[in-house]
Amino acid sequence: MQYNWNWGVLLQGPYFEWILSGLGWTIGTAVAAWVIAFSLGSVIGVMRTTNIPVLRAIGTAYVELFRNVPLLVQLFLWYFVFPELLPKVAGHWVKRDLPLPEFSTAVVCLGTYSASRVAEQVRAGIQSIGQGQRYAGLAMGLTPVQVYRYVLLPVAYRIIVPPLTSDFLGIFKNSSLALTIGVLELTAQTRQISEYTFQPFEAFTAATVLYCLITFIVMTAMRIVERRTAIPGMISLEAK
Amino acid sequence: MFRFIGIAVAALLATLVASTPTFAQDDSYVLKRIKERGVINVGHREASIPFSYIGPDGKPIGYSIDLCMKIIDKIKEEIQAPDLKIKFVPVTSQTRIPLMANGTIDMECGSTTNNLTRSKQVDYLAVTFITGTQMGVKKNSGINEIEDLNGKAIALSLGTTNEKAVKAVIQEKGLNVKIVMVKDHPQGWLALETGRVDAYATDHVLVYGLISKSKDPSQFKVTGRFLSYDPYGIMVPRNDSTYRLIGNTVLADLMRSGEMVKLYDKWFNPGPTNINMPLSPTLRTAFEIQALPY
Repeated sequence: MQYNWNWGVLLQGPYFEWILSGLGWTIGTAVAAWVIAFSLGSVIGVMRTTNIPVLRAIGTAYVELFRNVPLLVQLFLWYFVFPELLPKVAGHWVKRDLPLPEFSTAVVCLGTYSASRVAEQVRAGIQSIGQGQRYAGLAMGLTPVQVYRYVLLPVAYRIIVPPLTSDFLGIFKNSSLALTIGVLELTAQTRQISEYTFQPFEAFTAATVLYCLITFIVMTAMRIVERRTAIPGMISLEAK
Repeated sequence: MFRFIGIAVAALLATLVASTPTFAQDDSYVLKRIKERGVINVGHREASIPFSYIGPDGKPIGYSIDLCMKIIDKIKEEIQAPDLKIKFVPVTSQTRIPLMANGTIDMECGSTTNNLTRSKQVDYLAVTFITGTQMGVKKNSGINEIEDLNGKAIALSLGTTNEKAVKAVIQEKGLNVKIVMVKDHPQGWLALETGRVDAYATDHVLVYGLISKSKDPSQFKVTGRFLSYDPYGIMVPRNDSTYRLIGNTVLADLMRSGEMVKLYDKWFNPGPTNINMPLSPTLRTAFEIQALPY
């Protein structure tokens, strides 16, 4: 290989600062998107398990739409097509005056996409509990909302901690697609460094190590959550 | 002893026969690997119009591709491999240098600026085109120079020499310009067309190309002084002067014979996409200077 290695560029200014700022945007994008994904996903997941046909239909339609369209296409649609569909003034506002337009678009897109995945996990968690507990709750005089709040969801969330971990990790990795609409996150900064210094191998190695580090930290944290919230006898670390 | 001399003579003869061509190929690792593979891997761009892009039949065509074909003909002659296969490898502005450094491609025929930093990793053949950073804007926007962008927005393509040039000017002049980063030229142009930005800056030839391909070319114009100097060259692997010499010989021949100007006219004046860029005096001089004699 004809290549001049120079690991020093990673520690030089401004490249070191670029990596740090990229890391910040990656974490910011992923965490903000996760907030949307988790809350919206929970609502959609619950809708898919209710007895009300309209809610179920809305939930199913949402999941099918957002889960089946490639994320890259969704990003493009949110960024370039969505503002054109709005009334002229609103569209102009989105394009010009929206604070942090690239970041906000990426967070909304990544959040709504991941919400469809979280919704499926939540649905699976609720359905794995079985109808018996739902009926028992209703028989005790709880309203349907209360059945979800006090009986089904506390158990369902604990069951789905392991698969949710995968989705949480996924959101960090998917956040790299945000560079296609100009969010200068970790991968974008890496590319930027490799174009300024022409030391792509060093820059991408640094990015790889940082992504691994992020996922490792997330995994460890989720392990702890999993252990703390485990229900004895249910699918969890203790059952292994 | 006689046997040893016999072998030595045979070896000497073999070397003589093999070295009949004008170039000594033994010291060229690129020629060696091309010969061993029986394939030459050519990096090309997919939308660098009219240098290197996918034509109507799905194959890469363009000014740079034509030049590379001439060089490949010469390589075939040099390594005596008339049935050498050509494999096209699509590259982007981000992948071209790693793919060249790790030996995936043997030459890159696109729209690559020859600069000194890049020359730490790759080598270049003679300059085949000269461009610089200019802006594409809407005609009715009233923008003529980069200073007019104060308080407005500009799109820049990630990882280009133009990005560096524009950012440097903005910083130097202390302008308040919102910078929107985009992935590639089509997205940059889309940002301009949809009104997300007021200007898109890239190599002036690419702006002409984007305008010629837009829905309503009469709506846009190329404007502003040149913010950078970007000489294009065919990129080749580093540290192989034998291989580079073959390429530069072919280019010098083309420039001396005037065939280079004909090739230029074929693609730029007016060219298949109606780009309409007559040969500039600077480029004509560059051709004349680089037409080295034997």
